[in-house]
Amino acid sequence: MEEKKIQLTIDRHVVEVDPDMTLLEAAKTVGIEIPTLCHMDLKGTCVQNKPASCRLCVVEVEGRRNLAPACATKVMPGMVVHTNSGRVIRARKTVAELILSDHPNDCLTCPKCSDCELQRLVMRFNIREMPFNGGEQSVRKNELTLAIKRNMDKCIYCRRCESVCNNVQSVGVLGAVRRGFNTTIAPTFDKMFTDTNCTYCGQCVAVCPVGALTERDYTDQLMADITNPDKVVIAQPAPAVRYALGEEFGMEPGTVVTGKLATALRDLGFDYVFDTDFGADLTIMEEGAEILDRLQRHLKGDKDVKLPIMTSCCPAWVNFYEHEFPDLLDYPSSAKSPAQMFGAIAKTYWAEKMGIPREKLVVVSIMPCLAKKYECARDEFKVNGNPDVDYSISTRELARLIKRANIKFANLPDGDFDSPLGESTGAGAIFAASGGVMEAALRTVYEVYTGKTLPRIEFEQVRGLEDGIREATIDLNGFELKVCVAHTLSNARKVMDRLRAGELDYHVVEVMACPGGCIGGAGQPYHHGNIDILKARQRAVYCEDEGKKLRKSHENPDIQKLYAEFLGKPLGEKSHHLLHTTYHDKSIH
Amino acid sequence: MAKEIKLACNVIEQVEAICDKHGNQPGELINILHEAQSLHGYLPVEMQRVIANKLGIPAQKVYGVVTFYSFFTMTPKGKHPISVCLGTACYVRGSERLLDEIKRVLNIEVGETTPDGKFSLDCLRCVGACGLAPVVMIGEKVYGRLQISEVRKILDEVSAND
Repeated sequence: MEEKKIQLTIDRHVVEVDPDMTLLEAAKTVGIEIPTLCHMDLKGTCVQNKPASCRLCVVEVEGRRNLAPACATKVMPGMVVHTNSGRVIRARKTVAELILSDHPNDCLTCPKCSDCELQRLVMRFNIREMPFNGGEQSVRKNELTLAIKRNMDKCIYCRRCESVCNNVQSVGVLGAVRRGFNTTIAPTFDKMFTDTNCTYCGQCVAVCPVGALTERDYTDQLMADITNPDKVVIAQPAPAVRYALGEEFGMEPGTVVTGKLATALRDLGFDYVFDTDFGADLTIMEEGAEILDRLQRHLKGDKDVKLPIMTSCCPAWVNFYEHEFPDLLDYPSSAKSPAQMFGAIAKTYWAEKMGIPREKLVVVSIMPCLAKKYECARDEFKVNGNPDVDYSISTRELARLIKRANIKFANLPDGDFDSPLGESTGAGAIFAASGGVMEAALRTVYEVYTGKTLPRIEFEQVRGLEDGIREATIDLNGFELKVCVAHTLSNARKVMDRLRAGELDYHVVEVMACPGGCIGGAGQPYHHGNIDILKARQRAVYCEDEGKKLRKSHENPDIQKLYAEFLGKPLGEKSHHLLHTTYHDKSIH
Repeated sequence: MAKEIKLACNVIEQVEAICDKHGNQPGELINILHEAQSLHGYLPVEMQRVIANKLGIPAQKVYGVVTFYSFFTMTPKGKHPISVCLGTACYVRGSERLLDEIKRVLNIEVGETTPDGKFSLDCLRCVGACGLAPVVMIGEKVYGRLQISEVRKILDEVSAND
């Protein structure tokens, strides 16, 4: 039986909605966007923050003495609601002015300028003066890590970062300390992020409405390298970048801009424009071989083989298990991430081919991710102190570079990636979405294991955005391969807790730290709580895959050539040395 | 930020026993912190980590509670905690000047502990002995109608009797 609808009046609209809706949601059904600031609800996912604390969404309900927060007031039959009465508008303006009284007034140079939710509200409310003098700022700390910049003077206490750090990621580093005016949102024991179990997933940055939490910006360093005639600078954009970059230039979410991306990178002055998708295909060769190796040993009755094997592409997930599950470090695949595999090959195979000395070569990754910035600096990925990937910029930073360089992105012609590290398959393209690495691996593992061609390339069972944990069973010539895909670290923790308790019977597990996988990464254009943007990016991922001539990593001709000319075979000695890594206990006691 | 001090094994065991007594329930956090502080005098970082591990909650949550309530402290108390009453009666009879003299003699501020760990200094509001104003407590002992000129002598005596 269908639930009974409730009828109420919002401004001049009579609306009929479900009884569990809030006034905020009910107003949205008739196109009324009540302003919000602390509120965030990435519908269908666990990314939520509903403290009802900012009070910017207040509305007037007839018969009620006080104004009501629309985000936390449920609809009632016969309610008469005014979202734009004089009283409401005055109250909202005062609330915004009070928030501004304790907020720095440096919008011109703030990294969040023009993308700041507080700034938008100030413009919307037509605030042109600051009537309240602020109290003095107290013990808030600023910090610049390899990945994240904290400027807590700008914090407005919406608690979104606290919600994602605790509820979505279960990392529990950020939270409120002290009280009253001295309250601050701080890492554990007021330490710096670097001294905590922060994974640098950056989801706090992805949801911060203001400039309190932003990414560390490497664009100036990149321009300095590009303009240095002694350097050869090469670009490798991650799969997820091409499904989101267009949004920064007013294009519809979900527009695939692969060709324009290649042209823009060349116009920016990169000497060679390659593709991390190539690294993704390479990852499948190595990780796929590792899956097969462990499976075959398992089937032969080897009791020491560690199953499930877990993907290791996501650097925040790697940090997470090094911090939280040091007893289970044998389970994740030893394969490096696609970006690091790319860097290792670029600085050996390709550099030797081209006769470019390592110290002249600058490998820059363009990533949807902030943890990649940290990953670049890991000692495991350096040779004599020289990193395989010199540094990483986010999708947003790339957009800023393009704007600065007078490039009209939307009008760019489509370009191609350079050869040989620019060739890729549909399997590499789908790494951007949660379930993508699993699907890409299954396409290769199936064909290598069974020796047969896949009857159907798509593995829809492992795709999805809303379910945090998905399970599937794949028939490999009668052997039932059990796989699991988890996204967000709280879901990863559920899987790991079951593994620790000995309750897992999966063979392969994929984990991505960000909601929806890399398409929801912390370096992507801000989604501002709109799930439709992530859905559009996800559709774009599978659209790109369908349009590819080659859709299985092992069919990539340049990958085949790389093995023939240089690496030998997957899991061979050279691969082991260049493409695999080790993990370390980084737990804090 | 408090320095991380290594706790003695038996203290850790006692704190773990307190957590066990409360069923390791996150909802018992405040009661556990009360007992841990009365056991050890203060709540250092390492103790908060022990409690967080036992209750299965982030250390950040424990720290948030400890910093929220003024009763909880992360600074070790001296062997002889000094409390200067700043209640109305004591205040009008000059307890603030007494406080200044104690700060001067011990060279510490309110909320701090002397480097040798002997004295720590706090203020409070009324011990119910207004007839004796101004009142200072050192440990459990109450000093009434205290004169500024007596402060150094009393502190020296307490120190000498250790």
